[in-house]
This record gives sequence, structure tokens and C-alpha cells, in this order.
Amino acid sequence: MTVTKGGSGREDADDGGRLPGDGTDAVDDGYVPSRRRLERERHKRVRARRATAVAALSTLATAAVLYLIVVSAPGWPRTKETFFNGQYAREAFPKVLEGLWLNVRLLLVCGIAVLVLGMLIAVARTLRGPVFFPLRVLAAAYTDFFRGLPLIINLMIVVLGVPALRLQGVTVDPVLLGGTALTLTYSAYVAEVFRAGIESVHPSQRAAARSLGLTNRQTLRHVVLPQAVRRQVPPLLNDLVSLQKDTGLVSIGGAVDAVRAADIIVGRSLNYTPYIVAGLVFVALTIPMTRCTDWVTARMDRQRAQGGAI
Amino acid sequence: MSTTHTDGSPVLRMESVRKTFGGSVVLRNVGLEVAPHTVTALIGASGSGKSTLLRCANLLEEIDDGAIWLDGEEITGPGVDQDAVRRRIGVVFQAYNLFPHMTVLENITLAPRRVHGVTRAEAEERAVALLERLGLGDRARAYPDRLSGGQQQRVAIVRALAVRPRLLLLDEITAALDPELVSEVLTVVRDLKNDGMTMVLATHEMGFARDVADQVCFLDGGVVLERGTAEQVFEDTQQERTRRFLRRIVEAGRL
Repeated sequence: MTVTKGGSGREDADDGGRLPGDGTDAVDDGYVPSRRRLERERHKRVRARRATAVAALSTLATAAVLYLIVVSAPGWPRTKETFFNGQYAREAFPKVLEGLWLNVRLLLVCGIAVLVLGMLIAVARTLRGPVFFPLRVLAAAYTDFFRGLPLIINLMIVVLGVPALRLQGVTVDPVLLGGTALTLTYSAYVAEVFRAGIESVHPSQRAAARSLGLTNRQTLRHVVLPQAVRRQVPPLLNDLVSLQKDTGLVSIGGAVDAVRAADIIVGRSLNYTPYIVAGLVFVALTIPMTRCTDWVTARMDRQRAQGGAI
Repeated sequence: MSTTHTDGSPVLRMESVRKTFGGSVVLRNVGLEVAPHTVTALIGASGSGKSTLLRCANLLEEIDDGAIWLDGEEITGPGVDQDAVRRRIGVVFQAYNLFPHMTVLENITLAPRRVHGVTRAEAEERAVALLERLGLGDRARAYPDRLSGGQQQRVAIVRALAVRPRLLLLDEITAALDPELVSEVLTVVRDLKNDGMTMVLATHEMGFARDVADQVCFLDGGVVLERGTAEQVFEDTQQERTRRFLRRIVEAGRL
């Protein structure tokens, strides 16, 4: 692998060919690059420039073709009016943003609850000993059930079903209930992610910890879990991105989030533009998180490549 | 019968130990006595049960039959606190088994702090002293994957020593090392012997076993087929199978 200074020269390397030319030799030993090397680097630069040009051209062509296909569709004028109306978009945008604040808060609260609950369930499933038998079974049943249950049905049962019971002291707030349903489903997913992480820690690590006299619990706490969590950061972030967009589903209970805010305007105007606005806002919110996930994953892969597996 | 210099009751004693995995008998009927401040070398072909014997001694594997005593106290009986037994025995593994998410210092101080209740400052002070003795003083803050194999194995030895064990079990600790790194680890073991540490080591390094061991045991077919001092086993070999094993070793240039 070539050493580049402080990550500059990344953009040059985008289309394949990595450029060693950027990383001028740090050691001062009177080394003068040979003609052969200069020639090789020149060739790589030319190739990289050509690759960028080809990529730009092909992107442009693809975009043009897609545009023409959509615009020349027989229903385009009508579709444009109902889905891409600038006036409705301007009207919907602030309302949708206002609603989005609810989605963000839901994400934060549910995200933390999901991580805690998921971890507890995963640990419960790995406990040994006859005392913990019911706990193990319960945890397994929980993950099986909530991973299989469609989220939308879970939401309807909790958001609509719980208030119907008219229990004293139990909330009927659709936001709280919706958040509860999200947490129930997602902690089942996250528990499985954690469990996979726990099981991926090599038995020799446990053996080493136990041989030092650590109890099963200390081994889990100090040796197994830290490694498991670190390894599972990319899939966890992935689930978090997924949770973020699924917060939009609490709108089925009537909570005014970004989706519901759009819904209200659509119901009044019979124009679907607000949905597009809400959708784009979600995408805009998710992209940074996805990029963050990619970055973390890439960084961990790099570390692993450098360190080698133990 | 034992040929060790018995200047005290044995630190480790095994009697009629049997251990099977699935259908295969690994240890058929093993007896062993390890006197204080002595080094016992277990030799034998791969799969002869050397590692299994060590894992049984540390209760990482449960034996099927027989009994094991540590300092005269049976550790294989019902109701024995296994964690308490393991606290008195240090183990160094073939593949080092360092914790990759901890620095060298954290690896070493984990057990003293969490198991033995030593304060952080004291545990670190002791760890650094041990590291310096083994020539690793400057690597305390490094992560294991930044160290060479020989350095990792020496850290693993320090980690095992940090809890001041009564007995040290070394499981083919040089088997995963490049030849030029083997000696730096074996030197440490020799130093420990001079300090009076009681050790049992499974090894393929016959030259080293001959050099450092007070007692050599040849494992074959699930029993200790031949035992004695290094001279007895290597020079005055009694059993035909032992002779054949040693001849193969010589042919491979390992003696």
C-alpha cells in the first residue's frame, strides 16, 4: 500500500489507479526518482484523468436518457403537476421540517432504549446455568416473535390496541406508544446483532480470561462484550439508519411527524408533492448517517488489515 | 512412581486421569507429580494429549475419571470453587491469547485488579517492573497487534505471572513463533526456573526440554509411557516407542 500524506490525493485515486507520486519520500537519503518511475507515474496520471472524464460523460448520458424517458412519458404533465408542484412544496416544507423534529427525538430516545434492551436480551441468551433457563427461553422467544412480526402490524396493535383496553394509568399518547412499538421490534434485531458479536469472539479469549481466574461474568464484561460491541458497530449503525426512517411509521397513530404533516396537506389539497418533500427530507437526514456508517466500517477494516487477526 | 527430587509435597498431582472427547480417548490413565520449584516437560507426538493434560490441570476441561490435587487439595471434587483454583495457576497459551482490545498494561493488570483486588497503581507498578525485567518496558502502552510474536508471548507470560501463581502451565509456547524468536521466549522460561517457579510445559523443543527440565514425561497412547530426568529419558531411553519418537525428532533436526 502506498503511503499518502495526510489523506490528500484520495480524490485522484478514486477511479482505480493509486498514485504514489503524491507521497513524496519522507526520508532524505539523496534518493532521486528514476526515469522509469516518473514515466510510470505520468502514465498513471493520464489514465486517472481519462477515467474521470469517462465517468463524467457516462453519468451525463445516463441522466439525459432517464430524463427523456420520464419527460416523454404520456402521463408526465399530469404527474409533474401532482407530485412536483413548486408551490405546494414551498408550503409543505416548513411543516414537514417541524414534524421531522419529532422523528429526530423519537430516533434518539428509541435508539438508546433499543441498544440497552438489545444488549440485555443478547446477554440473557448467553447466560449459562439452570437458574437462567426461563430467562434464556424468554429472550429467545422474544427475538423470534418480534423479528417475525411485521413492524406495521406491531405498531397498529400497540398504538390502536393498547388505548382500546382503557387501562388506568396507561398512556394513550400515540408518540409514546409508537416509540414503544419501534423499540420492541428493533431491540429484537439489535439483540441478534449483539449475540452474533458475542459468539464471534473466539473461545480462546474466554479460556485466557478464565485461566486468569476471572469469573464467567467478569469474562463477559471485560473480555467478550468489549470485543463483540466493537465488531458489531457497522451492523448496529445500519439498524439505526433503518430505525431512523421507520420513525415515520408512528404517523399511523396520528402523531404529527414529518409524514403526517405531509399527509395533512395532501388530504386538503389532493396534491402529492408534500409526500415527495417528506421523503426527500428523510433521505437527507439518513445520508449523513449512512456515510458515517461507511466511514466507521472502512476505518475498522483498515485497522484489521493493519493489525492482523489474533 | 516419581523420580523428582521430593523436597516437599507435590504442587500438582494427577492420578488415573481419564479424558475423552466424543469417541476418542485422549488421556487413558495419566499419573503425574510435580514437586515444588521443578520444571516438568511433557513431550510426545501431536495429539498425544499434552495440551489436554494442561487444560485439565487448570480445569478448563473437566476430567472423566481420576483426580487432581493442587498443593495437596483435591480440585476435581464436587463443590470446588473452580475460579479460586484457576487463580493459583497461570497459563500461557500457544497462540498467546492476549486480549486485542486492551493495551499490554491492561492485559496484565486485568486479573490483579478484577480478581485479586489490587489497586490500579500497584498493579501497574508491578506490571511495569515485570515488563522491564523481560525487556518490554517500552511496550506497556502498545496494543498486542503492534508487537512481534515473541514480544506477544513474553507479554502473555507476564500476564500469567502478574497474579503470582503457585504453578505455571506453558502450552507449546514457542510453537507459533519464528525460529529466531524462539530463544527470546525460552530465555524467559529459563530465568523463571532460576527464580524457583514451578512449571509444567508441553513442548516440541527437545533441546530446551533436555536443558531445563527436572522431569521429562513422554506421553503416548493416553498414558505417560516413560518418565525420568532428562538424561534418563533422552540418553538411557527404556521404551521402544520413545526411542522411535526421539529418532524422528532427530531426523527433523529438532534435537
